[in-house]
Amino acid sequence: MRYNPPSPLETPVLSRRFRLPNSQSIDTYLATDGYKGFEKATGMTQDEIIGEVKTSILRGRGGAGFPTGMKWGFVPRTSPKPKYIVVNADESEPGTCKDRLLMEFDPHQLIEGVLIAGLAVGAQQGYIYIRGEFRYLIGVMDKAIDEAYAKGYLGDNILGKGIKFNLATHSGAGAYECGEESALLESFEGKRGNPRIRPPFPAVAGAYQCPTILNNVETFCAVPSIILNGGAWFAGLGTPKNGGTRMFCLSGHVNKPGVYELPMGFNLMRMINEVGGGIRGGKKLKAVVPGGSSCPILKADECDLAMDYDTVAAAKSMLGSGGVVVLDEDTCMVNFALRIMRFYAHESCGWCIPCREGTTWLKKLLTRFHEGQGQRSDIVMIGDLSKNMLGRTFCPLGDAAAMPTIAIVEKFREEFEAHLDGKPCPYENKGSYFSNSGLAA
Amino acid sequence: MTFSPELEARFEKFLTKYPADRKRSAVIPMLVYAQDETEAITQELIEEVAKRCGVTPLQVEEVVGFYSMLHKKPQGKYHVQICTNISCLLVGGAELWEQATKKTGIGHKQNSADGRISLEEVECIGACSWAPAVQINYDFYHFVTPGQLDKLLDGLAAGKKPEEITEVQKVSC
Ligand SMILES: Cc1cc2nc3c(=O)[nH]c(=O)nc-3n(C[C@H](O)[C@H](O)[C@H](O)COP(=O)(O)O)c2cc1C
Ligand code: SF4
Ligand code: FES
Repeated sequence: MRYNPPSPLETPVLSRRFRLPNSQSIDTYLATDGYKGFEKATGMTQDEIIGEVKTSILRGRGGAGFPTGMKWGFVPRTSPKPKYIVVNADESEPGTCKDRLLMEFDPHQLIEGVLIAGLAVGAQQGYIYIRGEFRYLIGVMDKAIDEAYAKGYLGDNILGKGIKFNLATHSGAGAYECGEESALLESFEGKRGNPRIRPPFPAVAGAYQCPTILNNVETFCAVPSIILNGGAWFAGLGTPKNGGTRMFCLSGHVNKPGVYELPMGFNLMRMINEVGGGIRGGKKLKAVVPGGSSCPILKADECDLAMDYDTVAAAKSMLGSGGVVVLDEDTCMVNFALRIMRFYAHESCGWCIPCREGTTWLKKLLTRFHEGQGQRSDIVMIGDLSKNMLGRTFCPLGDAAAMPTIAIVEKFREEFEAHLDGKPCPYENKGSYFSNSGLAA
Repeated sequence: MTFSPELEARFEKFLTKYPADRKRSAVIPMLVYAQDETEAITQELIEEVAKRCGVTPLQVEEVVGFYSMLHKKPQGKYHVQICTNISCLLVGGAELWEQATKKTGIGHKQNSADGRISLEEVECIGACSWAPAVQINYDFYHFVTPGQLDKLLDGLAAGKKPEEITEVQKVSC
């Protein structure tokens, strides 16, 4: 296995072909219901397709969890402008590594999802915006796209039915901010990745100011199964208001880190203990980042909860991008907060002052703190500075930097205090090196 | 400016992917692929890409500074990127980074004297569940141990290609 072994607790829907031989090839795909959802959709009206996606209660897997069917419904289908489908394959939220697998092991599933979206809104052109570091995946997707053209699933007269759809990959060049939808579109158009003022949203004015469906890779990958098996079937896999399964990326201090497809609403403690094999080295759980670096951290005693959008939101965090990062008792939370802030300070696009200045100052404060030069008043200042960023930035990156910081300071204040008065980091050398390479067989 | 036949073919494809009046979309992909051949983004390359995409050199220039992968300074033949973001941090990514800088004597975004190796401490590269992760040029290495990193750096310094360092396997695809 090139990645992690599967878990018997998984419900493989999107990942069901991952372990088939030649899972990337169109022959494997066609032999396992491939493009059947698309063929079925060609016999449906646009309203029926969108209706099925609405029934499935599929919510966007990129982070915000917006209902996908509703988003598709916002596209002005009668507009005379061309319409576009754009796939967000920029995957760069720290803790997240699932879109990579979806493209590597089942590229045709993504193509089919995009094709169905094209039918739903009358688009004839799609682009897959892939982060530049995933160069090999551009090769995988290009090859699959070529195969789809050769077999008549892409082109000017798809399946002889007069349907036209063209699809191409597009390489990014390294910028987390370009995962934000409007910055992605700017970048796609060949510009700096600064976000746009919204509204209008991409559904109305997206790529080249034309109506555009923009979704995450995993969101599109769910669509073929939804059309083929019905929205109600997909909805039934999850919890109310949270349809389907989710590709959870388990990382950090667990014995069996890996990407696992589990039903929406799967209990987080079970995920850590039963899927992830518990905390490595027999240590205790300290905290969990439930959905990528921008989500507020949960303390160990808050982790007995269902992993769906609403339950995690009720715990004042977010399900986010599916990146579940597990921290053991020996993790220094000041260092962890600092590493998160270093990331956001580095990735701030510099467009608006609260984010550009706020992340820079917070990085300085946290660095000073971790080096033992912090003052008691700094603890309050870190919280205040973060709160001042909330809701005051041009795009959600500012919030993404502020939210985890606020939560860490509030929930682990004693660790900040333990760094005061020139005391060395109490966790220094405790989180000793541990490699998971035993799994890499 | 002329490029290898493969790159020329790729560029030709780039220019047909987008609507005829939207060739500016090809600017960033062209730069990312071209710099691998030209070793860095030169003024000549900026002007060439501008010409091919029908934009001004300034419009090309302004994106170069924005994207972390675009570089005006040549990198080492093997660009070793070590992730220290949260998932990697928790399982030894920061220690790997320290080890690499100590061993090679070079720092962040610096090149070895012989130009074979450059180092970069990178943000999350999408390998969090198989951390700690390293990328050499475009190849991924998962679950990297200190011993494996040593072998990689020693081998590269001794003139080997990564694939000749058989003790450490990249993630194959
Ligand atoms: C700073 C920032 C970075 C983001 N990065 C990504 C990303 O890498 N991939 C992604 O799919 N969505 C990302 N998003 C979310 C997108 O803006 C957008 O909501 C999403 O692609 C919509 O697709 P969905 O509805 O299918 O989730 C990011 C958002 C922000 C604010
Ligand atoms: S919040 Fe940050 S990333 Fe977003 S526009 Fe402002 S400076 Fe740029
Ligand atoms: S945090 Fe290192 S690969 Fe994601």
